[in-house]
Amino acid sequence: MLRRALPLRSHILHQSASLSTRSPGRLPNTQSPIVSKPHFFNSVTGDSNEQIPAFRLLDGTGVPIEGAELPELDEVFARKLYENMQLLPNLDNILYNVQRQGKISFYVRYGEEATIIGSAAALADDDEVLGQYREMGVLLWRGFGLDNVMAQCFGNHEDTSSKGRQMPVHFGSPKHHFHTISSPLATQIPQAAGVAYALRRSPERSNSVAACFFGEGAASEGDFHAGLLLASTIPSPVVFIARNNGFAISTPSSEQYYGDGISSRGPGYGIDTIRVDGNDVLAVLTAVREARERCLEQGRAVLVECMSYRVGHHSTSDDSFAYRARSEVEDRKRIDNPLVRFRLFMENRGWWNIEAEEELKTRLKADVLKAFKHAEVQSRWELGELFTDIYAGEEPWNIKEQREELSRLLKKYGEDWEPWKRELQKFKNEGQDLIKE
Amino acid sequence: MRRASLPRLRLWLYRRQISTSSSTRSTAAATNTTSTASALEPPPAGGHLPSIASSTLLRHTREQALRTPGITWADAELDEARGTSSLSTTTAGRETRKMNMYQAIRDALSIALSTDDSAIVFGEDVAFGGVFRCTLGLAEEYGRERVFNTPLTEQGVVGFGIGYASMGSKLGNSTLGGRGMGGTAIAEVQFADYIWPAFDQLLNEASKFRYRSGGQFNVGGLTVRCPTMAVGHGGLYHSQSPEGFFMGAGGLKVVIPRSPLQAKGLLLSSIRDPNPVVFMEPKVLYRSTVEQVPTSDFTVPLGQAEILTSGSDLTVVTYGTSVYRCEQAIHLLTHPPEGNGIEKAVRHALGDWRRSTGTNVSSKPTIELIDLRTILPYDLPLVLRSLSKTHRLLIVHEGPTTGGVGMQIAGDIVSGFTTSSTGSTSEGEGDIGRMRRDAFLGLEAPVKVIGGWDTPGVALQYEKFYIPDEVRILDGMLEVLAY
Repeated sequence: MLRRALPLRSHILHQSASLSTRSPGRLPNTQSPIVSKPHFFNSVTGDSNEQIPAFRLLDGTGVPIEGAELPELDEVFARKLYENMQLLPNLDNILYNVQRQGKISFYVRYGEEATIIGSAAALADDDEVLGQYREMGVLLWRGFGLDNVMAQCFGNHEDTSSKGRQMPVHFGSPKHHFHTISSPLATQIPQAAGVAYALRRSPERSNSVAACFFGEGAASEGDFHAGLLLASTIPSPVVFIARNNGFAISTPSSEQYYGDGISSRGPGYGIDTIRVDGNDVLAVLTAVREARERCLEQGRAVLVECMSYRVGHHSTSDDSFAYRARSEVEDRKRIDNPLVRFRLFMENRGWWNIEAEEELKTRLKADVLKAFKHAEVQSRWELGELFTDIYAGEEPWNIKEQREELSRLLKKYGEDWEPWKRELQKFKNEGQDLIKE
Repeated sequence: MRRASLPRLRLWLYRRQISTSSSTRSTAAATNTTSTASALEPPPAGGHLPSIASSTLLRHTREQALRTPGITWADAELDEARGTSSLSTTTAGRETRKMNMYQAIRDALSIALSTDDSAIVFGEDVAFGGVFRCTLGLAEEYGRERVFNTPLTEQGVVGFGIGYASMGSKLGNSTLGGRGMGGTAIAEVQFADYIWPAFDQLLNEASKFRYRSGGQFNVGGLTVRCPTMAVGHGGLYHSQSPEGFFMGAGGLKVVIPRSPLQAKGLLLSSIRDPNPVVFMEPKVLYRSTVEQVPTSDFTVPLGQAEILTSGSDLTVVTYGTSVYRCEQAIHLLTHPPEGNGIEKAVRHALGDWRRSTGTNVSSKPTIELIDLRTILPYDLPLVLRSLSKTHRLLIVHEGPTTGGVGMQIAGDIVSGFTTSSTGSTSEGEGDIGRMRRDAFLGLEAPVKVIGGWDTPGVALQYEKFYIPDEVRILDGMLEVLAY
């Protein structure tokens, strides 16, 4: 890992300011050089015809592009990257079909395998992750396990993420330093600044950062701007990872922003920023590693924008062919597939072949099916969990009263009211914890 | 997820996509009640209420639809204003069409766009039809300048709407004032659960706009639509009923329709009302309610509740999805399933009720079911008039009990009157203070509120025990009757 001694931004600013403030004076509260011609600008590259460059290491066939400096990588690590990437579509296929069969209520397809796994691999396993909802791969990388994934999606009694209270894919695990997902978009972004500030204040966590994931749609929310502003102004080590996959449900990024993506906003907040090819796992790995280093050195936020393309529908509630051409998606899948790209790279190195591919796919499918079959037949948590975890400490009178009211109603009608009778069977102890209260 | 709308919707999208690929126009006419692709349909994940299709509260015939109480035909209103009268004041010759609720909303939006050049419709994913299909085809029909996607920011969406509306100098129904094209802003927030980033704009800006400017500025042209309430599988963030939080937002109106016809008439009223309105659409009703809806331009009044079934022994006040659960509960009361505990509970309670009221052994209580429709400001006088007959009150809603609409109504009845209104000086029918006093002193049982529990949101796997369902409502009715 290359580690450069970076001069602090403010140091640079002061230096250049002192050079340019000789004669025409200066304005209050800024080090701006004074110019005598009106100067409008609308670019962070200095040239409004040129977009922010995107960092890439491997081309579409897995061959390093000219001048690429690959990260140090051995076969074991490369295989780990690939297996974790490959696990996501395998899980996707099963869970997607399970949802179609009505066995779980909802599912979002993942995709963006290189962005998620590349980031996960670049982070330390105890970096605090605040995700949006396509970051299951980070948890899997950290050993969360397929059983936990399935338990959460089925909301069964093994679901420790939310005890069946949240929709599928709303994972959370303090053990894996993964903060519980919530559905509202972008709320995690200012929270990440607070998390990182807490890390800064904990001497034993001085080598940790917060990693905050979000999509380009979420970056339109006010919380995005608040979060970046806070994490730079109240210096806090957050790596912001924007997954720009081109769509927020139906809305293409061309209707989401007029500027140059999410990257162009970083400098507005004084944040070091990089745009990276999000389908190139080695580029993402390198960019996030470096971002993390800068973050720790400067104690301030860094922004990484990963460009990709959402090949799946937004979720099981969406059919994206209502707003984009099927051929466009198929083309993307074929030409710009992050899995294929890295597989070809590994094949070129002699680290992978068709047998390994077959073995992996068979194994992953079997693992996923096993976890699915286990989760499917598990009961839910006890019904009484409806009323727990609301407050710490003493239970207030209203919650107590309402729990007792439900208990009374179940005693009175639980045997006779068919919709309740059927539903109670799905819970551990079939509601007896409340009925016998 | 969040932006997701919910699984049953997707299937419809799938079918829609097949038909929209050739034609995107005339989509409001599409009634999707019969599936052409049933093989594709996943088993319902609970996102429907089987009782709704058979509800007698829905207007299944043209005649029923045209006789809707309180309906005002836009052309008749015009005649009246001109001092002319014509056939337009009658129902003769008026058309109706079978529509579900999202189609009726789409129809209302289309009328708003075609009758008011200043009207714009916007929000996340609105241009392709919206995740619940309420804006389907409108962008193609009225152009992207008037029907458009916004970036994903609720505070931005509502703030933008406020600014646009503020340029309308909207007085009464005249939408084009002297300030150019601004005026009628119809914003969509994708789920009521996501309205909170816009709460500042709604509470601190929209509601106070007129008041803070001494009446010089207003944002009467603003309507904010959002899907609300539970749907069977929405979990914490696609199920909430946030109307209770708006109860203190004086200056703002809050409206919740129960059916396609009501949705169309109330939405057009909201759009044309000289006040900003938050219009919450119970999302489980988008597809599960189907009615004959008049095709012409009409309104249903704001601020007026509606008596759905008339009765003399118990007043049940509700709104939105819960209307149908209350209807079912009343059915359970009059026709309890034979030979089980529910029948026993009903028999027992009605015995107590008969003893306390001195009615004979065969008499059955009749229930007055009221749909509030406008939540803020709500129709207290109608509730009080009903109470003067029934002397018993039950209020039902999905939203949390504490801080909810039910507790507000209960509070208005038990603590509302002042000492001056207990005097004998004002005897008029419209004397609210006197009506409140009489309602309170006339109560024969404590007011009962059945709402969602005070848990932080509707927990996914526990929803069936969170939402007040038919049997819980029945039990509440029995409790109030037998008191």
